[in-house]
Amino acid sequence: MAMVAELAPPPPPATVRPAAGGSAIELRGLTKRYGDEAVVNDIAVSIAPGEFFSLLGPSGSGKTTTLMMLAGFVRPDGGGILVDGADIAAVPPQKRGFGMVFQNYAIFPHLNVFENVAFPLRARHWAKDVIGERVNWALDLVRLGRFADRDARQLSGGQQQRVALARAIVFHPHVVLMDEPLGALDKNLRFEMQVEIKEIQQRLGMTVLYVTHDQEEAMSMSDRIAIMNHGRIDQVGPPGEIYERPANPFVGRFLGEANMIEGTVTPELGEVARLRLPSGQELRAPRENSCDAGPGMLFIRPERVEIAPGTAVSADPSANALAGTVHRCSFLGKILRYSVDLDGAAPITVDLQNAAGVTPLPVGARVVMRWPVADSLILSGDE
Amino acid sequence: MTVATLRPALHVASRAPRDRTLLLMVPAWAMLIVMFLVPLTLFFVRTFMEFDGTTAEFIGQAQDLLFSQPYLTALGTTNWIALIVTVTVLLIGYPIAYYLTTAKGIGVRIVVLSIVLPYFTSIIVRTFSWMVLLGEHGLVNEALLAAGLIGHPLPLMYNRLGVLIGMSYVLLPYMVLTLYAAMRAIDPSLMRAASSLGATGFYAFWRVYFPLSLHGVVSGGLIVYILSIGFFITPALMGGQHDIMIAMLIDRALEVAVDWPSAALMSLTLLVVTMVLYAIYYRITDIRRLIGAR
Repeated sequence: MAMVAELAPPPPPATVRPAAGGSAIELRGLTKRYGDEAVVNDIAVSIAPGEFFSLLGPSGSGKTTTLMMLAGFVRPDGGGILVDGADIAAVPPQKRGFGMVFQNYAIFPHLNVFENVAFPLRARHWAKDVIGERVNWALDLVRLGRFADRDARQLSGGQQQRVALARAIVFHPHVVLMDEPLGALDKNLRFEMQVEIKEIQQRLGMTVLYVTHDQEEAMSMSDRIAIMNHGRIDQVGPPGEIYERPANPFVGRFLGEANMIEGTVTPELGEVARLRLPSGQELRAPRENSCDAGPGMLFIRPERVEIAPGTAVSADPSANALAGTVHRCSFLGKILRYSVDLDGAAPITVDLQNAAGVTPLPVGARVVMRWPVADSLILSGDE
Repeated sequence: MTVATLRPALHVASRAPRDRTLLLMVPAWAMLIVMFLVPLTLFFVRTFMEFDGTTAEFIGQAQDLLFSQPYLTALGTTNWIALIVTVTVLLIGYPIAYYLTTAKGIGVRIVVLSIVLPYFTSIIVRTFSWMVLLGEHGLVNEALLAAGLIGHPLPLMYNRLGVLIGMSYVLLPYMVLTLYAAMRAIDPSLMRAASSLGATGFYAFWRVYFPLSLHGVVSGGLIVYILSIGFFITPALMGGQHDIMIAMLIDRALEVAVDWPSAALMSLTLLVVTMVLYAIYYRITDIRRLIGAR
């Protein structure tokens, strides 16, 4: 490989320039059935050029099937896929021009690192010197420049991951599909790769469709996330929005710890919606479209709840407050996680930063929990 | 040794079961020795002992035999037939094995059955079946005559063609099963990766699938070749007078000429060639394991 670099004429800078952005992708009513079951059920989403878009969901939610339909390996039973406005239904996988990173990397075991990365260029019959130049560019980008001659099977999992990534971007695709690319890596390496993938994506400006079941991964990398469940998209939005304002209890629980306090939404109107607990106490939340009277639940993240010893529940109009008893306190390192028994209701989880001066509350202590009405959200009861 | 440490105790513990499992091989070894090695050695020793003459005379006669026209012709014929059979069986077997690894359902079971069932049937029965089909008044010729496609029966048997058809058919399962084992070890996601990276079906096959199946091709080819050079029944029954293979020459030396030294000498050369090919085969399967193929 070093020889190629030496023999090649000085590279014209134009060819090493990063790809000119990404493509817009639109899924229109995309559906896939296996037998009677719709594994992907009428999903519709628009992805902007250069967007990092994640499909997040539990296994069996249809996210990988959706990706495979985009890649062209699974034929949709309904709906369409538009790339920059053109329907690609009839385009075979090899003509779609997407980069793809597979869950198991799918490194070609009989080829060395250089040849693995050169594969998409050779398949396109590029000129030899351009191939050498471009492969070295891609290997440098994933910091594998020194490994070009290495046998692909001698690489560690993380290095194989990088080869797969380099191979997927070496031909400057406008769209890169990634199917749980970091699933097989250990936690620290996974975080490192998240940062790298994100940086490369921003540098090259390509559109990334990323499939994962790891909510932290999706939140840390994505511009927007689509939460999938039972073949449907439950909610689409930026990580902050779907984390703070989940559309339903499933989304709320899937993205992390969540309290769902059950009760009845009262029928009175106004800017503030009220949820009456079985105990008779009332909790408040900003009125949004899901505040129809009837059974409902109040959603609040554990880290938004303050906890203090005492029994006096003050009547602050901007905060909800409930009294309870500490049932358990788990030490999780940077946070202390309390489970607080309410009198006659499901326990509430409260996360407290393990900051300086924090001393754990003893089990059995009477406490008051308080959180802003603005952070509360009323969700309808049926999932 | 006087101090009882953990290390030697562990060593003994880890070695003891292995020694005992080797005992399981004793019946197989015994059978191999009694029924193969001993008779073979006796055969060679006796035939060479019975030769009355000096060593120089023996070597001279051996040279006469091994450079004689009938022997060289048979050697050439044998290798040529073995080569053509190997290539034929590879060309027929590769798509079948590929189909078996990729397809699912009832089709696979039918193909597997039709490959494996003959494998368990006597080679003589199978050869006679082909004779029923390919004879001058066989089914193929009758059908072609009846259809008006030919005016005279085609010479499908008692010639080279008959030998090639019969041997290819008998040896096909060995090739298919060897290739199948190699192809099963190829990760199917590699072909997907190839096409997602812009490779056409042919390019992906040629650059990814075929190289990864190559050791299966070589293994299968060597197995078929090794079996081919020792073939007797099929060429004897289906061949013509120009299709004398070495095994048939050995048979003639024993049965017709009652010339045991010549038979032994020819057997020995055949055995040596087989062992050399087997050594290559063994090396290849060994390398395969070294490079981490499943």
